[in-house]
Amino acid sequence: MASNGFQASYANERPGAPSSTGSGEGAAEVASDPASSSFFLGDYKKHDDLKQMLDSNKDTLKLEAMKRIIGMVAKGKDASDLFPAVVKNVVSKNIEVKKLVYVYLARYAEEQQDLALLSISTFQRALKDPNQLIRASALRVLSSIRVSMIVPIMMLAIKEAVMDMSPYVRKTAAHAIPKLYSMDIEQKDILIEVIEKLLADKTTLVAGSAIQAFEEVCPERNDLIHKNYRKLCNLLVDVEEWGQVVIINMLTRYARTQFVDPNQEDVTGEEEKAFYESDDSEEKCDPAGAQKRVYVMDADHRLLLRACKPLLNSRNSAVVMAVAQLYHHCAPRVEVGIVGKALIRLLRSHKEVQYMVLSSIASMSILRRGMFEPYLKSFYVRSSDPTHVKLLKLEILTNLATETNISTILREFQTYVTSSDEEFAAATIQAIGRCASSISEITDACLNGLVSLLSNRNEVVVGESVVVIKKLLQTEPTEHKEIIQHLAKLAETITVAMARASILWLIGEYSDRVPKIAPDVLRKMAKTFIDEEDIVKLQILNLAAKLCITNPKQSKLLCQYVFNLAKYDQNYDIRDRARFLRQLILPPGDKASVLSKHAKKIFLATKPAPVLESKFKDRDQYQLGTLSHVINAKAQGYQELPEWPLEAPDTTVRNVEVSMPWTQSSKKATKKEKKRSFYSSESSSDEESGSGSESSEEESGSEMSSVSAASSSGDEEETSESESETESESSSASEIAIPKAKVKPAPKEHVESSSAESETESGSGSEEDSSDDSSDEEVAPPPPSKKKPKEETKPSAMLLDLDDFGPTINTMPALNPDSLLTPSTASNQLSPSSSRANYSVIKIYTSTQTHEIVNKMSGAGLSCAYRFTRTVSVFSPKMVSIELVFTNHNETPMASIKMLASKLAPGMTMQEFPEITNLGANASITVILPVDFNDTTQPATFSIQSPGKVIPISITAPVGELLTPNTLTESDFLKMQRRLAGMNENSSSVDLNEGCEAQEVCNAVYSVANVAQIGSSDVNVLRFVGRTISSGSDALVTVAMGNKAKVTVNCDKMVIGSMLLKDIKSALANI
Amino acid sequence: MIHSLFMVNNAGDVFMEKHWRSVIHRSICDYFFEAQGKAATPDDVPPIISTPHHYLINIYRNQLYLVAVVMTEVPPLFVTEFLHRVMDTFEDYFTDCTESAIKDNYVIVYELLDEMLDNGFPLATESNILKELIKPPNLLRTITDTVTGKSTSVSEILPTGQLSNVPWRRTGVKYTNNEAYFDVIEEIDAIIDKSGTTVFAEIQGYIDCLIKLSGMPDLTLTFINPRLLDDVSFHPCVRFKRWESERILSFVPPDGNFRLISYHIGAQNMVAIPVYLRHTMTFKEGSSGRLDITIGPKQTMGKTVENIVVEIPFPKSVLNVTLTPSQGRCSFDPVTKVMTWDAGKMDVTKLPNIRGNINLQSGCPPPDSNPAINIKFSINQMAVSGIKVNRLDMYGEKYKPFKGVKYVTKAGKFQVRA
Repeated sequence: MASNGFQASYANERPGAPSSTGSGEGAAEVASDPASSSFFLGDYKKHDDLKQMLDSNKDTLKLEAMKRIIGMVAKGKDASDLFPAVVKNVVSKNIEVKKLVYVYLARYAEEQQDLALLSISTFQRALKDPNQLIRASALRVLSSIRVSMIVPIMMLAIKEAVMDMSPYVRKTAAHAIPKLYSMDIEQKDILIEVIEKLLADKTTLVAGSAIQAFEEVCPERNDLIHKNYRKLCNLLVDVEEWGQVVIINMLTRYARTQFVDPNQEDVTGEEEKAFYESDDSEEKCDPAGAQKRVYVMDADHRLLLRACKPLLNSRNSAVVMAVAQLYHHCAPRVEVGIVGKALIRLLRSHKEVQYMVLSSIASMSILRRGMFEPYLKSFYVRSSDPTHVKLLKLEILTNLATETNISTILREFQTYVTSSDEEFAAATIQAIGRCASSISEITDACLNGLVSLLSNRNEVVVGESVVVIKKLLQTEPTEHKEIIQHLAKLAETITVAMARASILWLIGEYSDRVPKIAPDVLRKMAKTFIDEEDIVKLQILNLAAKLCITNPKQSKLLCQYVFNLAKYDQNYDIRDRARFLRQLILPPGDKASVLSKHAKKIFLATKPAPVLESKFKDRDQYQLGTLSHVINAKAQGYQELPEWPLEAPDTTVRNVEVSMPWTQSSKKATKKEKKRSFYSSESSSDEESGSGSESSEEESGSEMSSVSAASSSGDEEETSESESETESESSSASEIAIPKAKVKPAPKEHVESSSAESETESGSGSEEDSSDDSSDEEVAPPPPSKKKPKEETKPSAMLLDLDDFGPTINTMPALNPDSLLTPSTASNQLSPSSSRANYSVIKIYTSTQTHEIVNKMSGAGLSCAYRFTRTVSVFSPKMVSIELVFTNHNETPMASIKMLASKLAPGMTMQEFPEITNLGANASITVILPVDFNDTTQPATFSIQSPGKVIPISITAPVGELLTPNTLTESDFLKMQRRLAGMNENSSSVDLNEGCEAQEVCNAVYSVANVAQIGSSDVNVLRFVGRTISSGSDALVTVAMGNKAKVTVNCDKMVIGSMLLKDIKSALANI
Repeated sequence: MIHSLFMVNNAGDVFMEKHWRSVIHRSICDYFFEAQGKAATPDDVPPIISTPHHYLINIYRNQLYLVAVVMTEVPPLFVTEFLHRVMDTFEDYFTDCTESAIKDNYVIVYELLDEMLDNGFPLATESNILKELIKPPNLLRTITDTVTGKSTSVSEILPTGQLSNVPWRRTGVKYTNNEAYFDVIEEIDAIIDKSGTTVFAEIQGYIDCLIKLSGMPDLTLTFINPRLLDDVSFHPCVRFKRWESERILSFVPPDGNFRLISYHIGAQNMVAIPVYLRHTMTFKEGSSGRLDITIGPKQTMGKTVENIVVEIPFPKSVLNVTLTPSQGRCSFDPVTKVMTWDAGKMDVTKLPNIRGNINLQSGCPPPDSNPAINIKFSINQMAVSGIKVNRLDMYGEKYKPFKGVKYVTKAGKFQVRA
């Protein structure tokens, strides 16, 4: 790059300069902008201006410089000499500068490895940042800088990030794995362990990326998939679209190794039959199939097919294609039909998409003609299609041709032949030839049609027709003397080499049918021999040789002449051929060799007719929809699609310990159950949550009012669905847990039926797999236990998934049976800092204590109680959800209860709940009121307007409710604790009762603070972690057990720390 | 997965490159240029070009080529679909995605591409999330940034949508006027043969939405005749189960513009073609020909046909045309040989007509076949399939939104073989 040139263009273009500092502001700007003087600087000071700007201490200048540098990088101009100046700014506080430095680093670090190392410590620090976005982007850049020296650091970072509580960071970790693998293959074994951990992740965000890492590092390790197979199938619908593609492709290969061929019964004779019949009819009328042993599809195989089916409606063509290829390769023949429609729909997409879909259809249409026959017209060619699309459509039309539709197809072909696109017209003629040879009824008609094309003005059309006629004549046993004569006449005029060669070959082969013409043609050809193309020359030699054998009298001399010409040809092939033919046909010295005696047999043996078949026939070896399939060559890294095993491998490998297939068959179902059973967490065993929900439902059936039944299921989409089915008149509860359901007058009556109904409805409403699966298994659901929750908690400890942390987590027994009735969303997907980290075992304890704020006397018949649900609010993760229960004690319904102006301390915000339009007599209704307390114990003051009066309300959150559970490893905990020493530490000791158990202590802590217990190496030391909901400062609680328990609270916010300590102390003292 | 991305303009300049794995020199594009040189039109460039070590998967859109370089097996549709998504995003950010728009916004383009792909694997492609991460360029913000000296175009926190189960929606949306608009757009794809009979016709429909609703609204859209829709693809926000069981579109919408569903009503159904075309096109030996086209209404349900455009790509042997339209304007591009007649609105009492001479190059034989005639038109307030929105309900928020539904029927790939 001539730097002068660069400077000039640079000054003109000024990429990325925002209009503010760009050329818009004129002279004043120029003076202060060092870059503007660059035009006058010499070569040696290249980029000095930028360096100067980067060294300045103004963020705006730095940003400006970085923007220009990125502009250079984008244009592909070399900016590597700025590396030292740029890398310094990696510590910049300005997030945009930092981001651009990251981009720059990822591009150039490989070239400047030593300097790049300077930035590593910054990333290591950022990896510990409380902001998940910063952690993730640090990991991304760290793993993208491709400096082999930092492999161990990367490894460490990945390992840690895989355990991160933010799914976003875990996703980034999954992406980093292939990066590390490509740098150092040695790390494979360790990486596989990491992948194994990621595969177990239950969040949809991570699943796709984890499988992608799996595919790039260890695609052969099917054993890692076994345990996750069902989970993947069930998660599939909710995974983001790109992940879906990767997962389905992987599962296709998996299915081919683990299940048996669903079409094995009718493998025999399939080829011939399928040729003329549509596949479906064959399946039905095949009596042999019924007699053979009946094939029963593996339930897991069925699960996969069923989970994928809805994805045919995806807007992403890659997803649709992935499902189509899954069905093509793995589904029973009768079921494949459903993908046809979806594929046809894709044809309306961008032309590139069309091309790829068509090439897949071209391949499928050979085997599954019946599937696409109804859509024949969708493959009609428009003159505006790109050529490659036209050719594919033609290919498909030809594949679909049968006796019944051939007339319409031929009529279409007729239009195509006249197309101005020559390549396409030529291909059409070939297609006609293929149809003619496969459908014998139309051969003659086609042949005549082709002959008439010989008078076409277009050279290419004529040439192609000749070639196709030649092929057809070869397959046709009958004589077609006139056609050959006609062609012989053409030999003079036609210029297309291939066509000339074909004519000559035909005349030579069938010279007995045109004995008079043949030698004359040779004579003419001998005259023009030297000007012919090589391929024509070879055919002239052949013709000469053949004629010399059949008609030596007329042609021997001509033959010699041609051989002599060929002897001195420039092309050695032709020289060789001439030499060889001469020896054979005209042996020197008249003594015929053995071979030349048989020359006639050698040359005029009947040749097998060429088979005209689809170019896509051999593409079947490749998995449909892959790059290799489209380019018809094995691309690097292509994974062969395995053949079906004859005997299915062990099917039990997919059984997940403890959990039963029916409970985890639907992710949504478990999610829902999770929400209902307040004590279950992500990692608690599925079986347990199954029975738990069962019992909670029972309970609710008897004691719960229909309103809370509605609200308990209200925040999940399919439950809202089921609800609207049962109570269609009540406006269905929305996704956001604001139940608007109207209260029915006679709750007691309705309770039994509605909750029972909603139970069944939600069962069927949730993914169909759940019901089908369970019917496959035919396992009776766990008996609805009427046990008190207290008894149920006992097995929970042992049923827990003891993962890396392996802590024994104790669940909190319900203190109050009423708590079962209240909705407790254990985790909410909307929350970024939610506790969904699946490997970290977090118990959510829901405070059951309700506080009455308005009694029925003061509220004129309306009472109101509140409770902290400890769920993450959908409005903002910084909000504390407060559940308000309004009860109407009057004998008449109340209309319009709504919230009036709120008075909040600065920094606090509150989301009003919607107006309650009607509250029936003796009914109650629950609303959620999210409040951001801004980490203070200031009261949230507002008033409620009921029909009777305006009631002022003030709610103060105890400090424990301002927390949200968090996870940390023990070592991190200790590290953090050391950091939060001194002023931030509050500790005190409490007398505990005799024989007080760890579990009771846990429960006590849970009752006052929304924290999570984490693993501890010392049995007598219990550790809890939370973070304040608004500002996200960590709060650590340590309880050292003993006669006198020592409670330590470490928190950034001293006030919160000391108040929390006080609360915990009093809770512990009351055990 | 995707290794590198090059953007190439029509002139064959690589004006942007981005690498996600190690750097691949731009000389790899030479293979692409070779293929491009062979292709007659930009559309004919093969979408996949294989080179000894790399595979170039490209798309052509808005006069730009996006060339993605991959080195290993990957579903090609995955790449194509992603490239189109990139284009969609750029269009969303810069209103039109042209070379100059990209050159003006290198930094945003780079930041976007960085967020959209990590190590060649898509990371965030939802426009609502991207817009939270990287703010689209906007005049007002540029001014405030200049005044305050701060830059606010990059977010410091992870958009909450990324982690939620509604990743397509921004949180904390607030509007003073809450509005929801639905455009039901139907395009007729048809091939009409010389004699005027329909060879093939189908309908491609879309429902495009503009949703400006505060908070987290949960919408349900019902149709009077949902049975018409049997081949549908959904935006991820639509609850598939609900559609399966009740034929109701239930969804929490993304904020802003998006395509809710697209549907396809196949060739098996009868499609009422709203216009007919009477045409004669003859070429005579001796360098001349005649053209006469009249367009008339067929089944328009009393609605006016508007924006009629007739396009004829003439064969190369045509030198010029001298045509007089009864209304509208007619132009002929001597390079591409495309005649375009912009006829405007159809007046039923006096049908639009165009007639005149076609001049062939002297000495050239007349073409074998007549070129196909492409027609474009649009009819407002009518959906040709007869689909009708019944009602829109909103749950989860308490305000009353303003709702609007608009129907348009357009010609899609509407071709008349002459």
